[in-house]
Amino acid sequence: MRKEICLSGSGGQGLILAGIILAEAAGIHDGFEVVQTQSYGPEARGGASRSEVVISDEKIDYPKIIKSDILLALTQKACYKYIENLKEDGILLVDSTDVTKIPPFKGRVYQHPITEDAIKVLGNQLVANIISLGILVQISEIVSKEALKQALQTRIPERIRDLNKKALEYGFQIGENLINIT
Amino acid sequence: MSEKKRLEKILQGNEACVEGAILAGVRFFAGYPITPASEIAEGMAQRLPALGGVFMQMEDEIASMAATIGASLAGAKAMTASSGPGICLKQENIGFAAICEVPCVIVNSQRGGPSTGLPTKPAQADVMQARWGTHGDHPMIVLSPSDVTEVLNITIKAINFSEKYRTPVMLMLDEVISHMREKVIIPPKEEIEIIDRKKPTVVKEDFLPYKADDDLVPPMANFGSGYRYHVTGLVHNEKGYPTSNNKEIDYLIRRLTNKVELNKKDIILEEKYLLDDARVAIVAYGSVARAAERTVKLAREKGIKVGLLKLITLWPFSDDTISQLASQVDLIVVPEMNLGQMVREVQRAAEGKCRVISYSRVDGELINPLEILAKIEEEGK
Repeated sequence: MRKEICLSGSGGQGLILAGIILAEAAGIHDGFEVVQTQSYGPEARGGASRSEVVISDEKIDYPKIIKSDILLALTQKACYKYIENLKEDGILLVDSTDVTKIPPFKGRVYQHPITEDAIKVLGNQLVANIISLGILVQISEIVSKEALKQALQTRIPERIRDLNKKALEYGFQIGENLINIT
Repeated sequence: MSEKKRLEKILQGNEACVEGAILAGVRFFAGYPITPASEIAEGMAQRLPALGGVFMQMEDEIASMAATIGASLAGAKAMTASSGPGICLKQENIGFAAICEVPCVIVNSQRGGPSTGLPTKPAQADVMQARWGTHGDHPMIVLSPSDVTEVLNITIKAINFSEKYRTPVMLMLDEVISHMREKVIIPPKEEIEIIDRKKPTVVKEDFLPYKADDDLVPPMANFGSGYRYHVTGLVHNEKGYPTSNNKEIDYLIRRLTNKVELNKKDIILEEKYLLDDARVAIVAYGSVARAAERTVKLAREKGIKVGLLKLITLWPFSDDTISQLASQVDLIVVPEMNLGQMVREVQRAAEGKCRVISYSRVDGELINPLEILAKIEEEGK
């Protein structure tokens, strides 16, 4: 089993941290082999950013994505760019706050205004990454929810932990709703 | 929590480098922040003070190298880390460390160049600079790990080699290896081999600072510990004083190189993967070796007998292994994130016994396994 997950958007959206939390959940708490890599530009904010996570039950040779099983796209630009490398039967999750046009795709597609909810429901745009993780894990079961919660606990500083826990639970709930709709 | 779980961590390559350095006994670090090496300085700044060590953020990379040398002369295991632009600045002092035989490790987390180049993208284009960046004939040990666990273990090796051979050692990472996170099991202290520099066994009055033992390495006294000696970048005699005596000059220059070249067996680290029956060999190092390993598997699924020689030690170069390999296979492919640097060494060592070709990628992305496979299939037609 080798699963490749691409988390994409723009710099500052917390995609690298999301990748680290997912990797920690898979590697430490669920006991898989895992590699997390990233690609970003020299800017502190803005510019394309992506975080790649490869999960496997055996030693991982090539550490980057060959063809994604799961794609998270928080921006329209990222969606256009990375959908080309998504497997035909893969999973696409987009933040419909920015992604309004979805290219033709045969696999499973889930859309939700993630950033809009982060602002309206959680009161902080910055937790869009954690809501996304919650949805992604709920719809794909790529790691266990328990593992993800534990990883969040260790990788998020205490002063903002409660907010992020709420964001994760909210993500699970949205994920559940999305499954029921489709 | 079980014992095993406690020691398992998700670490970044740069964090594993910090862990390895600390386990090997590094207690001094001087540096200047630069992507993609900054997390090494960051980690050292967090860890060293608690261990009674010293972290110094210097005014630039030149001063960082100088401080690293000074700390090592005074007896500390010392390290610095940078990337291409900073490594360029360090070159003069790296030569000083080589001729004065000061143990130290210089980490180069490679990014695209030349100049400020591509700060956040990987490259392997500094492997010749690592060998010949500073002028004059000099020894250089250069190591290149390809996964996060290996970063930890090879950092320890780098420190050990620098202490054993009293020479600067370069540890070559790249943006992928530096920033990649993987599961690492931190080895317990008692399982790690640690090498410390030889200390003088003579009384202070009889001490000749550059009089080598049979292994061509002179024992090293901590500067300021009462063993008086002179440290100069000029070519010097056994006493450490500048010399223009031809015999003394010739002796020093040859000894510096020979202490590494004559110990190749100890220093050269390499790994062979499915080479026994191979007709095609890939020779790769660093992050690209990970792609090459996958290429070997994909090729074998198609019935093409491909194997991999992974170089961990880049310098001194694996001449003997390459020569043997060239007698066995029809083709050697050398994929590199540069326009063909180590491939020339492979061609030289293969002595025309088989075809040796380069596969280059210089667009800031890691070479992928399918590209190497396509190159092999194209050449096989």
